[in-house]
Amino acid sequence: MSTFDDPFDADRDLKRAGCACGQHRSAAEHEHAALALRCEPAGSEEKRYEGVVASAVVRAMFPRDAARRAFLKSVGASTALAAISQFFPIKAATEAFADSGTPEKKDLKVGFIPITCATPIIMAAPLGFYSKYGLNVEVVKTAGWAVIRDKTMNKEYDAAHMLAPMPIAITLGLGANAVPFTVPAIENINGQGITLAMKHKDKRDPKDWKGMKFAIPFDYSMHNYLLRYYLAEHGIDPDTDVQLRSVPPPEMVANLRADNIDGFLAPDNICQRAIYDGVGFMHILSKEIWDGHPCCSFAASREFITQSPNSFAALTRAIVDATAYASKAENRKQIAEAIAPANYINAPVTVLEQVLTGTYADGLGGVKTDAKRVDFDPFPWQSFAVWMMTQMKRWGQIKGDVDYKAVAEQVYLATDTAKVMREMGLAPPSTAYKSFAVMGKTFDPTKPDDYLAGFKIRKSS
Amino acid sequence: MTFSLRFRAAIVSLVLFAAFLGIWHLATRSTAAVANMTPEYAKLMGLTATAGKSAMPGPFDVGAKLWEHLKRPFYDNGPNDKGLGIQLGYSIARVGLGYLLAVLVAIPLGFLIGMSPLISKALDPFIQVLKPISPLAWMPLALYTIKDSSISAIFVIFICSVWPMLLNTAFGVAAVRKEWINVARTLEVGTIRRAFTVILPAAAPTILTGMRISIGIAWLVIVAAEMLVGGTGIGYFVWNEWNNLSITNVIIAILLIGIVGMLLDQVLARFARMVTFPE
Repeated sequence: MSTFDDPFDADRDLKRAGCACGQHRSAAEHEHAALALRCEPAGSEEKRYEGVVASAVVRAMFPRDAARRAFLKSVGASTALAAISQFFPIKAATEAFADSGTPEKKDLKVGFIPITCATPIIMAAPLGFYSKYGLNVEVVKTAGWAVIRDKTMNKEYDAAHMLAPMPIAITLGLGANAVPFTVPAIENINGQGITLAMKHKDKRDPKDWKGMKFAIPFDYSMHNYLLRYYLAEHGIDPDTDVQLRSVPPPEMVANLRADNIDGFLAPDNICQRAIYDGVGFMHILSKEIWDGHPCCSFAASREFITQSPNSFAALTRAIVDATAYASKAENRKQIAEAIAPANYINAPVTVLEQVLTGTYADGLGGVKTDAKRVDFDPFPWQSFAVWMMTQMKRWGQIKGDVDYKAVAEQVYLATDTAKVMREMGLAPPSTAYKSFAVMGKTFDPTKPDDYLAGFKIRKSS
Repeated sequence: MTFSLRFRAAIVSLVLFAAFLGIWHLATRSTAAVANMTPEYAKLMGLTATAGKSAMPGPFDVGAKLWEHLKRPFYDNGPNDKGLGIQLGYSIARVGLGYLLAVLVAIPLGFLIGMSPLISKALDPFIQVLKPISPLAWMPLALYTIKDSSISAIFVIFICSVWPMLLNTAFGVAAVRKEWINVARTLEVGTIRRAFTVILPAAAPTILTGMRISIGIAWLVIVAAEMLVGGTGIGYFVWNEWNNLSITNVIIAILLIGIVGMLLDQVLARFARMVTFPE
């Protein structure tokens, strides 16, 4: 548990120098915890805020930590709390802190695509996360990625569910006018899969896939980069050996049934839906390519942030809070039921439950269990953005040089989100860059060009 | 004993309909062949996979679902789930607005084109190029430039329904009998009065035919436009149900789209009859 919950513990160090989030005694301990990448929310919202406020008060009273410890040791923590509460209204301050900054705009519109990646954005409406932060958000279902992009750029939507690479592409002006966009939170990690038509159930080696047709949801998607990566690692050139088509998710199952495509790397509930209808089977989950990969993001234009900073902050809090809630396995069944109706995802509850709980039919007669099939972690790692740009360059979407670090820092708001998470009593990681492995190959975010040079199969430029 | 033609036609229609339903029912019956699966696996799968249920719904499924929709056509479960009555209302309102704009532009412009052979010749290439463009092709351009999805949908209806009216009006005006115009001229009727008292009534049947074609096109366009921009309308309903692979609901929507289209056409046909005159 966080020190925020108990600033009256004499053995604890309140100074921020210990670690970035203040939850751990030392930076090393924080690093260790950060490896797990989990956000452990405190028991309740009020407790969390109370902790933040109380520690701020105690810190102000005892600028020197040694003095605080001596004081607590001599009078005891509970007496100290009671004493401080008498002349400083911790309860009232906590309430004031919780609704810091009235939103400039309360009625907001947030667009989403009906897939389980949007779970935090969608569930925040029926489960009341938006209203908890004083917002009246209408979540609007949208027909496709290009439409959601245009409607967000038109300001019809204040913020939207986008594929993680889209805000980078929009900011760089790829496939759209260059408009500065930002990602305050990642929606989901993992949660995609490669689904193949039933007739290919004996063709499990990608080396035999030459000449096949695959569907991906959008050009600027993790799906596109992951499928290309996977194929290339198996010696298949995705540009010349197979056909990749951009197909909106609802059409994917229909096309698979009609034999127009051989398979797809698609967002979930679509993969599971193909299995549910007996049309396809799960070849691999996307987490087998890269465990912990980001997929979708919560995106807003920079203009919205400057115009309505408090609304934006409240939205970010609501999303981070909802994401933390969704990351807990015991809440997943309830979430599946909340987002299944026609107003939201519009899919059978069984399908959503299989996706969210990770106990699923694989389409070949087996039942598999993988609790991390889809997971939720809001922190927008800037190294994710750098990786996406290496792939954009690899496949010819970015021509020429790109300042990886500058773009990543401009679009992925790791610092701001870490601040919000800290204020909420959550534990953000202390750095915005981390290394990870994609199919066994380690990615070092400080050397993107070396990483890129290591690929044999890439679009010749 | 002989029956009237109308009665016999009705009998044939009914027989055809019954035959259609029968074939549909037979074609969508469950197939017996079902793969072996363990109960816990079967629990996670849909009926298509477990019970061999056809992916196509039968007439009874559609009928039951249709009754469910008809029982409560105006429910509102939030921004993305509204009753069919509300959805149709949105669509008709959009079509009405776009169509009205098209009428306001096409008829005066058509008059001008019809009265002046020079303008007619000069504008002809543009009209010929713009006429066959699909609504789906206009949509991205409209969204990008107008920057508002509901106005974009109305614009697309406007741009697609304006051409038949324009061409028919121009043709009708140009084809008014020369004798009638000459008579008007000898009686020294002014240009404006001539346009309203001689040309307009004479060209009215042709203009109404153009309007009738246009309303059909506008109704065709709305479904495509709403599937793309989403939010509300019968086109959005089709897309939303397609998303859920609910073919039953898609069939119901198709049926309703057909019925509303027919009603719109009938209204215009009635207007057309009102302005027709015997030669």
